[in-house]
Amino acid sequence: MKDRFNLYRFASPATFYPLAGTLIPYFAAISVIFGLAGLYLGMLVAPTDFQQGEGYRIIFIHVPASWMSMFIYLVMAFWAAIGLAFNTRLSGMMAQALAPTGALMAFLSLWTGALWGKPMWGAWWVWDARLTSELILLFLYIGYMALTAAIDDARRADKAGGLLLLVGVVNVPIIYFSVKWWNTLHQGSSVNLTKSSMAETMLWGMLLMAMCFWMYSIAVALMRVRTIMLERERNTDWVKAELGGQVAGGKK
Amino acid sequence: MIHWNSFADFLAMGGYGFYVWGSFGATALIMAIEPIMVARNRKTTITRLQRQMRAETRAENRNTAE
Amino acid sequence: MLKIVSAVIGRDLKLAMRRQADIVSALFFFIIVVSLFPLGIGPEPDLLRKLAPGVLWVAALLATMLSLPRLFADDHRDGTLEQLALAPHPLGLVVTGKVIAHWLVSGLPLALIAPVLGIQFDLSADALLVLTGAILLGTPALSGIGAIGAALTLGLRGGGVLLSLLVLPLYIPVLIFGAGAVDATVTGLGGEGHLSLLAAITFASVGFAPWATAAALKIALE
Repeated sequence: MKDRFNLYRFASPATFYPLAGTLIPYFAAISVIFGLAGLYLGMLVAPTDFQQGEGYRIIFIHVPASWMSMFIYLVMAFWAAIGLAFNTRLSGMMAQALAPTGALMAFLSLWTGALWGKPMWGAWWVWDARLTSELILLFLYIGYMALTAAIDDARRADKAGGLLLLVGVVNVPIIYFSVKWWNTLHQGSSVNLTKSSMAETMLWGMLLMAMCFWMYSIAVALMRVRTIMLERERNTDWVKAELGGQVAGGKK
Repeated sequence: MIHWNSFADFLAMGGYGFYVWGSFGATALIMAIEPIMVARNRKTTITRLQRQMRAETRAENRNTAE
Repeated sequence: MLKIVSAVIGRDLKLAMRRQADIVSALFFFIIVVSLFPLGIGPEPDLLRKLAPGVLWVAALLATMLSLPRLFADDHRDGTLEQLALAPHPLGLVVTGKVIAHWLVSGLPLALIAPVLGIQFDLSADALLVLTGAILLGTPALSGIGAIGAALTLGLRGGGVLLSLLVLPLYIPVLIFGAGAVDATVTGLGGEGHLSLLAAITFASVGFAPWATAAALKIALE
């Protein structure tokens, strides 16, 4: 009973807004710490890969970016499901705050994949199953953002976007499977971006970088959700108090 | 512990310098610009909402004065 | 249950017959797009035979997109849609009827004209048969998935472009298996595997998509 109460309390924007405000610096700091440790291990300590030379070091950002792009989409779908099932205000805002970061992660994954592919495959772009699926994921992000941006009414935008996310998340495995099938039929490239046999320092470097990307995404999404909250709840007392405080602070 | 012999070696990345630094550079750039954009968006939103709020209170005061 | 579905199909077909120009122009769009490719690529029969499945399927996806914005827009404008949403029978059934009607006026004509266009690309008789079968099997999925997008973008500015942005990525599996079936026949591998996967996708999407569409319509009508 107490748990429930607390959850509902944090689900209300008026309590979540200041909470997010205090949490952002911590997430940002943790992200920087993980990032420095990951870069130290990955860029300075990790040995040369016997197959790919030093070029393999791109995986220290390529893999975390790909993971985050997929993970963020799943998290958005999770928020969408919560929002459609329980009609909570916060969930739609969270999904919208996460989308641009997820799209950027998908873009980074493609960019680093291209820069890795040029020396390894000899081409900037190869229709490899993973890269192709990542490109389609980027399209799904863009579709979601375009839909929510086109709807003026915030509640409808949340719900329509949420439904699109759920349809998308059901389709992602089907799309991935079909792209994989298509790729094997057309003889895809055999060199893989990630390999199973990896030195321990490489693995640790990658995991640390993944943590850095994760914490970064949380920090940026929380920053974005705070702005969305102010905009959406501009007629409530707590936003008026918040903005009034900002005016007084500015005049000091 | 450190894998590299010299800073020049580190920059060259065994001949893959362009690709490795191109990847890391783009990532660093995006991770620097995104928070700045979000923060700027927040600032403009706050000033816009405050302007709206002041306009509303002014309108209310005028109404009560009449 | 069947009564509702068939009543909606009958009504939509009657409405579509009053606007035959729309059906014909979508069909001509398909024909023109397909005919443009040899002009852009060159007339070598080997090359054309290789490209044909992909070109025909991509053109079919685009031609289906053309008629999607109209799927609910007219009913929305004259208030019929709200009445249907308030009616006691489930909205999903109504949508199923509308999806089937949409397929009859947009997907079916494409399948009938496709073999003629396939001849332009020098496809063999086997490949033409599989092409027609694949388009027949795959286009219901296009109508089903497209209905979700049409419902989500109902009444929005720039709805048509937005609709293609939402729906085209979701069409990719249909494109892959549909074009793959023809391609496999051309190369002599046999397209049965592709066709059965295509059938699975179609059954799943015609079964589930109308309910997602009904939910999207309710959101749009709120």
